This record gives sequence, C-alpha cells and structure tokens, in this order.
Amino acid sequence: MEFLSDLKDQVSTAYELLAAGWGVQLLWGIAWTLAVTVVSMLIGAILGSLVAAAKFSHRGGLRFIGESYTTVFRGEPELLIIYLFYYGGTQVLTGVARSTGSISSTDILNMPSFLGGVLAVGIISGAYQAEVFRGSFLAIHRGELEAARAYGMSAWLRFRLVVMPQVLRLAVPGLGNVWQLTIKDSALISVTGVAELMLTANKAARSTHHSLLFYTLAGILYLVMTSISTPIFDKAERYTSRSFTRPK
Amino acid sequence: MSANVAAAAKAAPSSDGTPAISVKDLRKCFGDHEVLKGISLEAHKGDVISILGSSGSGKSTMLRCINLLETPDSGEVRVDGELIKMRRGRDGHQVPADIRQVERIRANLAMVFQSFNLWSHMTVLENLVAAPTHVLKRPRAECLEQAEALLKRVGIWERRNYYPPHMSGGQQQRAAIARALAMNPKVMLFDEPTSALDPELVGEVLRVMRSLAEEGRTMLVVTHEMGFARDVSSKVMFLHKGEVDSVGEPKEMFARPPTPQFKQFIANFNK
Repeated sequence: MEFLSDLKDQVSTAYELLAAGWGVQLLWGIAWTLAVTVVSMLIGAILGSLVAAAKFSHRGGLRFIGESYTTVFRGEPELLIIYLFYYGGTQVLTGVARSTGSISSTDILNMPSFLGGVLAVGIISGAYQAEVFRGSFLAIHRGELEAARAYGMSAWLRFRLVVMPQVLRLAVPGLGNVWQLTIKDSALISVTGVAELMLTANKAARSTHHSLLFYTLAGILYLVMTSISTPIFDKAERYTSRSFTRPK
Repeated sequence: MSANVAAAAKAAPSSDGTPAISVKDLRKCFGDHEVLKGISLEAHKGDVISILGSSGSGKSTMLRCINLLETPDSGEVRVDGELIKMRRGRDGHQVPADIRQVERIRANLAMVFQSFNLWSHMTVLENLVAAPTHVLKRPRAECLEQAEALLKRVGIWERRNYYPPHMSGGQQQRAAIARALAMNPKVMLFDEPTSALDPELVGEVLRVMRSLAEEGRTMLVVTHEMGFARDVSSKVMFLHKGEVDSVGEPKEMFARPPTPQFKQFIANFNK
C-alpha cells in the first residue's frame, strides 16, 4: 500500500514539473531533435551520394577520397567529430576573422552551435549513407544499365531514369537504419548547446534533481521517435518496391 | 582520315546502296584472349542476317561492338555510311572520339538482349516511351499512342501496366522487342533473344521476329535457332574462333555446308 501511495506521489510530482514548463521545453526539445536529424540526413544524403559516386570513379584519386571518407567518419567516435567541428570550427573561424580584421584580436567568433552540430552529424550520416547507396547501386541489374546505354541515353539520362529510381528503391531499408542512427547521434550535439531533447532533459534533471524521471521520459520519447519511423520506412519500402511485389 | 570522316558524315541515306551497317576488320581482345580476329560484315537495308557460332566464337561480342557496348581494339564500324569516330585513349586502347555521336547512332540501332533487360521499375508502357521521349525527344502523346499500337502488335497490350518482373520471359522479350521498335530503328540487333526462354516460350518470340523480317526490317540476329536462320534470314554468317568461317544464302549453306567447321556445327545441332 505504501508503495502505491509513493507511486501516486511520484506521478503527481511529475505532472506538476511538466505543467510548470518542463513539458513545453521537452516538446521543443523533440522539435529540435527532429530538425537536427532531418537537416543532418539531408546533408548526409548529398555527401553520401557524392562519396558513393567517388567510390565508383575511374580516377584513382577520387576513389581514394571516397574510401578515406567512409573509413574515417565511420571509424572515429561521433563525439570526437562533433568536438572537432564545433570547437575546431570556432578556432578556424576566429583565426580567419582575426586575420581579416573583422573582429579584434581578443574576440572569439563562435561556430554557430546548430550549424556545427548538423555539419558534424551530417558528415557522419553521409558516411553511412554512402555505403547504403553504394550497395544499392551494385544491386541494380547490370543489364538494365546496359540497355540504357544501348538506347542512346546520355550518362545524365541513365542516372536520372534508371539509376536514381532504383538506388532509392533499394536504399530505403538501409536509409531507415541510418535515420535511427542519426536520431541517436543528434543527442550528442547537446554538447554544442543546441536545446534538443537530450540537453533539455539534462537541464531539467539537474535543476529539479529528478534525474530518474527526466531521463526516463527522454528515453521514452526517443523510443517513440525511432519506433514511429519504422512503419513509415516500411510503407516507403512497399511503395518503392511495388514493381517487385505481386499486384493485388 | 579526317577527309574520310567528313565524307562519311555527308553520306547519303542507304537507298543509293550504302550499307545500313558496314563493319571492317573488327578486332577485340579480352586480356590475352583474342575474341575477334578481324571480322567484316555488310548489311543492306532489308537484310536479315543470322550470326551463328558455338559459344566463345565471338558472335555476341561482334554484335556488341557495333553499338559500342564493347569498344573494338581496331577496325571500323559504319552505320548508314557514317563512320563511328574513334581515338586512342591514354592507355593506348581505342575509345569513342565523340560520345554524342555514339549515343545518336545507338538510338538508331535498337538492341534486344538475351535477358530482356527491361527497366524493372517502369511499367511496360513506360519502358516503351522512356527512350523515344527522352533520347529522341518526341512528343509523349505520340509515343504513347505508338507504344500501345506496338504492344497490340506483339500481343501483350493487356499487360501494358504490368511491371516486367510480373510477366513471363516470353512476354518480357516481346515487350523488349516492342521497346526496340518504338525507336523506329534503322537496324535491329538481336543478341540471342530466345536463349534465356523456356522452350515453350521460344515460339511466341520467334513469331514476332519472323513478322519483322517479313515487313523488311534490317536485322542482325545472333542466335542458336537453326530454324530461324534457315527459313527466315536472308543471309547466314558462321563465326568460328573469332573469324568469319563462312557466309552465304541460308538454304544453300544448310544444304551444302561450305566448310567442315560449319558442317560439324549443324551436325551437333541435329543430334
């Protein structure tokens, strides 16, 4: 019985804390987390497709750059890359600004935290997406590419009409994985001061001393975000692979 | 050489006797293995040439050199009198000098493949209009109309909204032939079009090919179908170990094989 009343107390405390403003802050945290993830995925998609293309290049130099990119950014801890971009970026920006005289020699030009964060997470996401795109390209039936050549399509037409639609189809399941990784990586950019879910939960936990409550809540919210994305990607997969499933 | 190229570019259409396809002294190696050892061939408008040979004789490679899916090491290919311009690449091998020219010529040489190679993410109808609208830049409505007519002709109109993976091999190959026809090609190249089909599906594809031959299409057909070679084609060419072993009128060739190699070849088929 004592346990139950204890639980009741806990719930009402949680309710009071959330109503006192932490609830709204957590919702904002979710919004920022999604913003970071979406922008990072887009940056990653652009970088990933360029890197995948570089890996198939006839030029050895480009291949080397592509290989190095995926090796480095998949092989290093995410946190290190975020520090490198945020603090390293601040140092570079400050150096450039000082030498051009835009700021005085004692001022510091900070890397914008959102920009630094999404660049870092986007670059990591790009390394994983590059591998997804590469695998998808290899899975395209060679004969279809040959037919596109035989019918006089230019390299651009072949890419637009045959390669891209099929890479996207084949890439959807892999991109679903990268999306989940990227949602989780977005938590790491709390170190740059972007008020996403992780940072907000952290702030709430420390200022109210209800760590268990807020970290559990944040955990549930992350889980909700990652599990909602699964059926969305499943649906996208069914749509893009409709030519391979039997018509109803 | 450049004078030649200019003259070829101005060449009149094939009605004056210019061959639709002219191949001279084609050579091609894969590594140390010389697959084509100097092949020459001429196809005039309306010719249906069956190219026979055992596997490894170079017949598919020859066909693929004509539309530059393989780059020949030396020799020349002319389509309607126009020489496909080549140059020496950095590694010493020949490469096409002008990829735009190659793309333009390819659009005139529609190819039908052994494994169909329809674009699997497009419906049959989309397969038929993709190249005519994007490569030949013809109006979409006109291409759709032609595509439907062609699908009726090859007997799979009711499958027009199917995706290729949902169709039988015979239907896919007929769709692929319709895709080739949609280009209004000068010459059709068939690369073993029935070899990947179940025996009971071969007939439906051969019937379509026979009707194309009868309407005077210019066709180069790499095939193992002896019946088609003997009864439908206007000329038979037999390749042996990368060389033209014999060429001739089909009835004559099959009645009196001109070389021991060809005699052996058809004997193996009749077993």
